Amino acid sequence: MENLERILSEHPFLEGMSQKHIELLVGCASNVVFKAGEFIFREGEPADNFYFIRHGRVLVETHVPQKGPIVIRSRAEGEIFGWSWMVPPYKWHFDARATELTRAITLDGKCLRTKCEEDHDLGYEIMKRFALVIAERLEATRLQLMDIYGNGLKK
Amino acid sequence: MASKSEKLIEVVSDDPMLARPFTIRRVIKESHDTFSMELEKPSGRKDFNFLPGQFNMLYVYGIGEVPISISGDPTMPRTLVHTTRAVGTVTKAMWNLKVGESIGVRGPYGTAWPAAESEGSDVVLITGGIGLAPLRPVIYYLLANRGKYGKIVLLYGARTPEDILYVKQLEKWRARFDLEIHLTVDRATGAWHGNVGVVTQLIKRSPFDPLNCVAMVCGPEVMMRFTVMELEKRGVTEDRIYISMERNMKCGIGLCGHCQLGSSFVCKDGPVYRFTDIKDKFTKREM
Ligand SMILES: Cc1cc2nc3c(=O)[nH]c(=O)nc-3n(C[C@H](O)[C@H](O)[C@H](O)COP(=O)(O)OP(=O)(O)OC[C@H]3O[C@@H](n4cnc5c(N)ncnc54)[C@H](O)[C@@H]3O)c2cc1C
Ligand code: FES
Repeated sequence: MENLERILSEHPFLEGMSQKHIELLVGCASNVVFKAGEFIFREGEPADNFYFIRHGRVLVETHVPQKGPIVIRSRAEGEIFGWSWMVPPYKWHFDARATELTRAITLDGKCLRTKCEEDHDLGYEIMKRFALVIAERLEATRLQLMDIYGNGLKK
Repeated sequence: MASKSEKLIEVVSDDPMLARPFTIRRVIKESHDTFSMELEKPSGRKDFNFLPGQFNMLYVYGIGEVPISISGDPTMPRTLVHTTRAVGTVTKAMWNLKVGESIGVRGPYGTAWPAAESEGSDVVLITGGIGLAPLRPVIYYLLANRGKYGKIVLLYGARTPEDILYVKQLEKWRARFDLEIHLTVDRATGAWHGNVGVVTQLIKRSPFDPLNCVAMVCGPEVMMRFTVMELEKRGVTEDRIYISMERNMKCGIGLCGHCQLGSSFVCKDGPVYRFTDIKDKFTKREM
């Protein structure tokens, strides 16, 4: 537990989080390891957790019939992934697959949702941090959609 | 003006509007639409000295002339190298030229990246798409003077894995312990195991010192706008950010006004600008 607490408190996503709240998070946390090529979750499955990546790389992808998997983004050390645990119906929208040996800390979403309901200060802290992540993903997706390197802007 | 070392180097010809024929010695296909050409100077000339960031006007005889950055090694100025993406009339005609044929060259023109002035700092090069070509001479320069710099980091974003330029060279550079290279692509299939996402996402995790670095950014304008914002979030001040601008050009020497950006001529006062010097114009839509 002490180890988990240290790892979480050093993770950039939780920078500045109070000790009290870190302790609450540790109560929902556990260590996980994924082998290269292993699926972490698949589209449509219940989204009951999210992940702090310690080492390795994870690809978030979707399977397109006749085309195979299309990668949407990658996540690496120091980053988090998964926010479907926060929003109903709590189902994964994409697949996630480790491309190399990946170590992560996972937080149980159900456990965390209950704690956020009980302690709204914690809930607000978590919401603020996830809002940043979601905004960043939205911006990145828009840039990807613009296809900025493809045909230039003078078209 | 971008830096101390921006003084224009002696041009190829006494008549700056006269293109001299250079012979195409080698053509390297870099991707499905991008190629590098190695050109040899006309007989009698020794070197083709240039500063990293400068460009030449390349003339495909009978078709037209376009500005293309020099992408070769400034420490080996005997071979002139240009990397071009075939997008339109002139560049597509250039793509069809064969080894042994000639192409008209005038230059080098424009301002340079502040390579020498960045001694003692970390250098972070951020680039997207064909933008790697104008930055490659800086990498050669920094590596030739490696001891004078702190960390050197290259963050490079391409559209897909197939669009990555200079693949073999990047592999070699990646094997060096004194240069950090992080690649990302916008789009990939499941066979790609590297980063996926826009290049701006790499900035947050990149290991340079934001308080003692010089950032050189080259790519499409949208990419540069978002990159500057991300650098600022990391604490890099605007006076340590340099960008390279693209505008339509005709004369290349500040005479015709084609490349005008407010009171500035991109061909002469750019293409490399310190961000603080171009900021107002950079974000104005009408320019
Ligand atoms: C200082 C400077 C340095 C440059 N360095 C390089 C370089 O190193 N390598 C390189 O490939 N290009 C470079 N360019 C861009 C290059 O000059 C243009 O791509 C070229 O002029 C296009 O000419 P064209 O006749 O082939 O295309 P046009 O017939 O003029 O255009 C055809 C189509 O392509 C679009 N287009 C034009 N330019 C671009 C572009 N850059 N990217 C995407 N679409 C475009 C046009 O809007 C049009 O739709 C540089 C430009 C400047 C100003
Ligand atoms: S291209 Fe003629 S003034 Fe710049």
